[in-house]
Amino acid sequence: MSPRRWPPLGFELQVALRFLREGRFQSLLIVVGVAAGVAVVAYITALVGGLQRNTLEKTLGAQAHVVLTPMEETVLAARVPAPGEAAFSDTQARAQRLRTLANWPAVVQVLESRPGVTAVSPMVAGAALAQRGEATRSVNVAGVELERYERVVGLGAKRVAGTLRLAPGEAIVGVTLASDLGLRVGDRFVASTGARQESLRIAALVDLGVAELNRRSVYVPLRSAQSLFDLAGGATRVDVSLDDVWAARELAAELSRELPAKVESWQDTNAQLVSALNAQSVSTTIIRGVVMVVVVLGIASVLVVSVVQKQREIGILRAMGATRGQVMGVFLVQGALVGLLGAVLGVVLAAVMIELFTRFVKGSDGLPLFAITLPPAVALQVALLAWGAGVLAAVAPARRAARMDPAQAIRL
Amino acid sequence: MSQALAPLLQLRGLRKTYNAGRPNEVEVLHGIDLSLARGEFAALIGPSGSGKSTLLNILGLLERPSGGDYELDGRSVRTLDDDGLTAMRRRTLGFVFQFHHLLPAFTALENVTLPALARDGHVSAAVRERARALLDGVGLGAAMQRKPTELSGGMQQRVAIARALALEPALVLADEPTGNLDTASSDDVFALLRRIHAQADTSFLVVTHDPRLAARCDRVVEMMDGRIARDEAMVSARGGVP
Repeated sequence: MSPRRWPPLGFELQVALRFLREGRFQSLLIVVGVAAGVAVVAYITALVGGLQRNTLEKTLGAQAHVVLTPMEETVLAARVPAPGEAAFSDTQARAQRLRTLANWPAVVQVLESRPGVTAVSPMVAGAALAQRGEATRSVNVAGVELERYERVVGLGAKRVAGTLRLAPGEAIVGVTLASDLGLRVGDRFVASTGARQESLRIAALVDLGVAELNRRSVYVPLRSAQSLFDLAGGATRVDVSLDDVWAARELAAELSRELPAKVESWQDTNAQLVSALNAQSVSTTIIRGVVMVVVVLGIASVLVVSVVQKQREIGILRAMGATRGQVMGVFLVQGALVGLLGAVLGVVLAAVMIELFTRFVKGSDGLPLFAITLPPAVALQVALLAWGAGVLAAVAPARRAARMDPAQAIRL
Repeated sequence: MSQALAPLLQLRGLRKTYNAGRPNEVEVLHGIDLSLARGEFAALIGPSGSGKSTLLNILGLLERPSGGDYELDGRSVRTLDDDGLTAMRRRTLGFVFQFHHLLPAFTALENVTLPALARDGHVSAAVRERARALLDGVGLGAAMQRKPTELSGGMQQRVAIARALALEPALVLADEPTGNLDTASSDDVFALLRRIHAQADTSFLVVTHDPRLAARCDRVVEMMDGRIARDEAMVSARGGVP
């Protein structure tokens, strides 16, 4: 019955464009408003994203994403309670000896074949004393296969002296520990556990970025640690590194179901950090929401005024054969155009703000505090959001325009 | 014009009530019977408040009657919804208003092609050609690209007339088309309407206050207090086209 219109929205688009051009000042006002909103949202998103990435890098740079350790030893009941019978017992928890992770070479293999896993590193870790002459310090000895461990933690970037290698009898130690014991690269010290001791030569010094770690860390070859702690062929933990750090918790849950081991993700061991990051994300979302609401209200109020101003023209359009839907379309398209233009300008503005931040906000070392970038996906997402907001804001004014009584509109 | 043809529009007992059911309820049309043949050129006159504008709005499908029947182009409009009325308006009617009512953001030519744009979603070469011819016909061949604000009142009204004719309507409804013009422009515009009428098969219904203009129509319908008080042919006017 009704003839096909081509292109769709041809009429709406042309009239909307003219209306926007006619009310240049108003149009400029809303476009600037939308652009400011979009810029704030994009900038905040990029800033918080950069901040979180930076925090995560600093935190996770020195630790594995998922750690497997042996199950804790528990006291077993001497007799299995009969059905319907409950055992009320009061037992002292067992002291946890250093034990090896059961069947760890197979576990390492299984983990390495898992998608999303980038590195797996077995380790023997335990407490020892480091001695040189009169000086003694308690240290944490970590026995690792350097190439594997390197891929989990990346000691290379933290090296401050010496060469990064772990030949038999060599050790890599934290800088503070070295100065406490008066050690330099090439010097020797003795590491001793209760039963055994070994003389180690320092191959490299590392700055791990955390005072406590610098004071206590001693890396030795896996075999040295195995013999120091009397765990021949063992490993007390396995470190796992992932592509996507946020997948750690899920993987940990899966692994603890599949393997007879205690599995912890970095989120478990850094619960405070995770909740801080979450709080940050929630605040960002709230700010974004509020800004978008303001943008919607801004567009809507200007369009409402425009509908009132254009009453007579709307009446003429209706009289000459524009349907209600078409009149509504004219105002929806105006919202969409303003949203789109504002979004594009806003993204450009955000990029400029980010560039200024990187250029002028610097740390004490003269380097940018942290890298913030506007990922294209975020820019697109924000732009689409603003575009949608434009259309949404136009709904109420557009309905009002469509409902207008043409006879009355013309008479005005 | 042929008498054998069915009337273009037919009103039977048409009523219009405003504020129905409220204390300020008022009936402004008290049962109008009227028919208009194809090709007629009629004047609708009467004092302010006699119901002319309301009748014109109802005839133009801009308002709905409260009672009675209205048949336009062989079809009762009672049952049509808003989109149906709009389609009917687009197919059958052209409007010329007192205050020109052009869209100021569009040029003269674009104003004339707007109805086709609303109908088709685009302006075809044929539509544009017809619009040019119409503007030429109303003597605005040189002003097509100008905006309404750059045109005189008489010129704006000519553009409005060209626009009313854009989709070849069967009926042009003109509400005081010369009410806002000085005498000379007023005569020009009216003469133009008569000339168009002489060339095409379009009917005209012209609301006017001006008895001089009414006398130059073929038929005069006079309203008084919401009723038709007089309805007579002006035989002498036929052929009086300048």
